[in-house]
Amino acid sequence: MRYVKPESFEAAATLLRDEDGTSRILAGGTDVLVQLKAEMVEPDLMVDMKHLPGMRDIAAENGGFRVGAAVSGAEMGEHTALKAMWPGVVEGVELIGSSQVQSRATMAGNLCTGSPAGDSVPAMVTAGAVARVQSPDGVRDVPVIDIPTGPGKNSLAKGEFITSIFLPARPDNASDAYLRFIPRTEMDIAVSSAAVSLELDGNGVVATAHVAVGAVAPTVLLVKDAGDALIGSKLDDAAIASLVSVVEAACNPITDKRGTIEFRTKTAGVLAKRAAHIAYARAGGQA
Amino acid sequence: MAFDAQAERNFKVVGTRVARPDGIDKVTGKAAYGADISAPGMLHGRILRSPHAHARIVSIDTSAAEALAGVKAVVTGADLAQPEDEGFADVAINCLARDKVLYDGHAVAAVAATSKSIAKQAIRLIKVDYAVLPHVTDVDAAMKPDAPVVQEGRALETVPAGMSQNVTTHCQFGHGDLDAGFAKADKIIERSFKTAATHQGYIEPQACMASLGSDGRGEVWCCTQGQYMVRANCAAVLGVEESQLRITSSEIGGGFGGKTSTFIEPVALALSRKAGKPVKIVMTRDEVLKATGPTISSSMDIKIGMTKDGRITAARGELRYSGGAYPNATVDMGAQAAFAAYDLEAVETVGWNAMTNRPKEIPYRAPGAPTSIYAVESVVDELCQELGLDPLDVRLLNAARKGTLSSYGPTFNDIGLVATLEAAKAHPHYTAPLGPNQGRGLSCGFWFNFGGNTCVSLNINDDGTVGVVEGNPDIGGSRASISMMAAEELGVPYDKVRTVIADTSSLGFNDITDGSRVTFAVGLATIEAARAAIKEMCRRIAKIWDIDEDAVIWEDGCAKPAGPNAGTHPPMSLAEIAAIAGNTGGPIAGHHEVNADGAGVSFGVHLCDTEVDPETGATKILRYTVFQDAGKAVHPDYVEGQMQGGAVQGIGWALNEEYIYGEDGRLQNAGFLDYRVPVASDLPDIETVILEIPNPGHPYGVRGVGETPIVPPLAAIANAVSRAAGVRMTELPMSPPRLLKAMTG
Ligand SMILES: Cc1cc2nc3c(=O)[nH]c(=O)nc-3n(C[C@H](O)[C@H](O)[C@H](O)COP(=O)(O)OP(=O)(O)OC[C@H]3O[C@@H](n4cnc5c(N)ncnc54)[C@H](O)[C@@H]3O)c2cc1C
Repeated sequence: MRYVKPESFEAAATLLRDEDGTSRILAGGTDVLVQLKAEMVEPDLMVDMKHLPGMRDIAAENGGFRVGAAVSGAEMGEHTALKAMWPGVVEGVELIGSSQVQSRATMAGNLCTGSPAGDSVPAMVTAGAVARVQSPDGVRDVPVIDIPTGPGKNSLAKGEFITSIFLPARPDNASDAYLRFIPRTEMDIAVSSAAVSLELDGNGVVATAHVAVGAVAPTVLLVKDAGDALIGSKLDDAAIASLVSVVEAACNPITDKRGTIEFRTKTAGVLAKRAAHIAYARAGGQA
Repeated sequence: MAFDAQAERNFKVVGTRVARPDGIDKVTGKAAYGADISAPGMLHGRILRSPHAHARIVSIDTSAAEALAGVKAVVTGADLAQPEDEGFADVAINCLARDKVLYDGHAVAAVAATSKSIAKQAIRLIKVDYAVLPHVTDVDAAMKPDAPVVQEGRALETVPAGMSQNVTTHCQFGHGDLDAGFAKADKIIERSFKTAATHQGYIEPQACMASLGSDGRGEVWCCTQGQYMVRANCAAVLGVEESQLRITSSEIGGGFGGKTSTFIEPVALALSRKAGKPVKIVMTRDEVLKATGPTISSSMDIKIGMTKDGRITAARGELRYSGGAYPNATVDMGAQAAFAAYDLEAVETVGWNAMTNRPKEIPYRAPGAPTSIYAVESVVDELCQELGLDPLDVRLLNAARKGTLSSYGPTFNDIGLVATLEAAKAHPHYTAPLGPNQGRGLSCGFWFNFGGNTCVSLNINDDGTVGVVEGNPDIGGSRASISMMAAEELGVPYDKVRTVIADTSSLGFNDITDGSRVTFAVGLATIEAARAAIKEMCRRIAKIWDIDEDAVIWEDGCAKPAGPNAGTHPPMSLAEIAAIAGNTGGPIAGHHEVNADGAGVSFGVHLCDTEVDPETGATKILRYTVFQDAGKAVHPDYVEGQMQGGAVQGIGWALNEEYIYGEDGRLQNAGFLDYRVPVASDLPDIETVILEIPNPGHPYGVRGVGETPIVPPLAAIANAVSRAAGVRMTELPMSPPRLLKAMTG
């Protein structure tokens, strides 16, 4: 295995494109090093870009924030302004692993690893986050929702990687929340999860809403009808009941050692309901 | 050895909370565990394991592995002896399979190479041709007459003819007229239960370094609960004499019973014998979960009759345990323990063991008891609910006490169950208010405890300090407790005594660290060894003072004249006597060898409050209190640690831990991500209440405390969850999907 620290993003892209064997990017390493140790993968090339410009920065941009692809969960958790704007995104990132894992794990790594249960992904999706992708031919912006394509897979082409993730400006009277179900209280993988991001009008009525669920399909699902179910409501019982049934209907999970189809579907609905209430309260709404 | 008949003994050292002797080494990383030792020229061993639950080994081709540069030895089952003794033979074929692989993860071959990565490559070059056989992993399925047979011809004579060959053990205990008893009951409840196999979950994977020369002499450094057991197993499996093997036990990162067997030491020795170099083997977590001991899995039927005022009239239990691919007698202990907490007129417990294609069961704290007592205590709780009775009052009404003919035969001597129940009843926890979706559960627990073969040597050093040499790996603080008992007896401060654990060549035979035996049995032998040393010191001083031996007494760490008739000699301290030992007859030591009896059974009561989320099936442990009779708590911190640790392991067992097998018979969760032991944030502070009802069989009244605490949690939590959820849970673990399903139908 070769370990390389390239001098520029362009050099990194070329290096990755030209590698004939298996390559991996070393961000926090909390997935990739574990896979190495468990002998699930033996990369021929390991590219480390944590030192490149902007990779470790959280920068204000157009009223939102650009988060470098090597920023750790702990660094996001300590960024007051980011946390105030996108509390659901940050709480998703902060749920990853333990303090030790937090000091390494990144949002970009969580996204690219392609787990349907990745904790930072649903809230990034409901926030409308956009990944900046470097390729050997240049740079392009890709909505986060379009990155994962299935368990362990993503849409990035050979030679492509993420340099940052942009969280857009958030309107007033708006907020978000993320919840996951795990059998323990930490150090676990979501059996199901839900993120809700919503915006209220001046009367506390939901004006826009986005709902995403995790671990209930091969990728995180943005459930448009579920967001629509909340629009025009103050999260009254009927709106919530409709949210829950729409979410349950959207779920397409598997039964495995972590949970049954039935359990994942039911809890996804419950979590969407609970996350909606939290986001609503954070946005200043009163039921 | 009897309890010291002293009206009220004022202990000076015993009962205090002195600093642990291994603490600094452990927190600074200096402590040497199984994987921490290396030797010049050492090779790295690695084991190839079966991917099949059950298969015949048609052939093993190791030639490509042997040809790889850096590979120094390859071994298979053919390189091990075939011991005649069934127990040793099972160890041998479990270390390296011979004709068949019996479970997913069963060791098939091993290599030793100059680096870990070469060893890894070499393993992949070994070609094994398997003929896959039908498998069975569920105990009830394994008992069916047409089930795939795991091993043939292993049933004991007690098993009736006509059953599946998987059934190896049948046992039956009890007394009284069941039919008459059930006829007297106002309410009878009969329920069936299932529990999943769980793992001891020690943090340190098994590891060893071994060397065996062509002269047949060998050394092993390993992480174990019993170096003499390792010696016996290795000698039998390698076909060498015990005197030629020296086994040293490392510092141990948890055992809980799981390190009372051998998996890798004989393999490392076999590799070393071939390669002519020391070989180190360190298991991975995956290997630990796949191939070292989980507990039994069980299926049980319990029937109990009760009068409307709470008296149990009759009780019957039928237990079906599977200890994996080999015969074992764990079900006997489960059957004996099941109803031990009760004073019953009519009781019967029947047990069966059936082999399945799972790893060999290895003891886990109180093997067999947590599951059977879980089932019994669940039915008692349900009877209390149905009859509107207080569950503590019902336990008190039916409690076993001194003179009770136990459900498994013996009549109880002094036992602490009633006192423990009364302490629980008086505790504020029992009457604290509960909120919505919350429930309180209670369970009694019992364990036999064990004494066993023990050697202790105690040396009076020339500077007045004391060295104790014992032969039991310290898995729960025994070095501190043994030093404390030596200090108490000799009348010297605790920090003047150092206890070390001998290798197998430095001290006579000791049974494994198991059965909660060490503080009891090694403590007892230490007290006797100290008394022997005291006797010798008094004899020497009697000579100096020119008086009778009997006229010298030992008090406060000094030899003193027994009374005015013995003269007015000033007391001589241990240090003064030690300093002149060379002139009074040579070094002074005491020793004691015993097969200790009178371990004294132990009872505990656990109280637990839970809250269940009705929408997700998640259970939160809100409050947990452990009450236990320790006989005498030598070092209360360690006793509390045992009580808390048992509760925590029980919480894991009750809520999330389980061996999950796929249709293909392969283990699906061989890692700590999906084999879920509790994490710190899952737990409340575990409160503890120690009771001290002296054990008549120990000079200080000590009872073993290490196993009883894992017995009550399963039922205490199941009862709390069942009450909180409004539905009786009869299967463990009560994982959220299972609980949600039970609640929502
Ligand atoms: C103990 C433990 C607990 C965990 N708990 C959780 C949890 O609760 N929730 C959860 O979701 N996950 C959990 N994880 C998984 C892991 O921590 C997260 O997925 C984490 O976010 C991965 O980030 P990383 O920076 O460490 O990625 P790495 O391991 O460095 O990389 C992961 C993958 O992403 C690729 N990659 C990394 N950066 C880029 C990039 N910039 N562009 C393109 N590809 C890239 C790599 O090639 C690799 O395939 C846990 C892991 C451990 C070890």
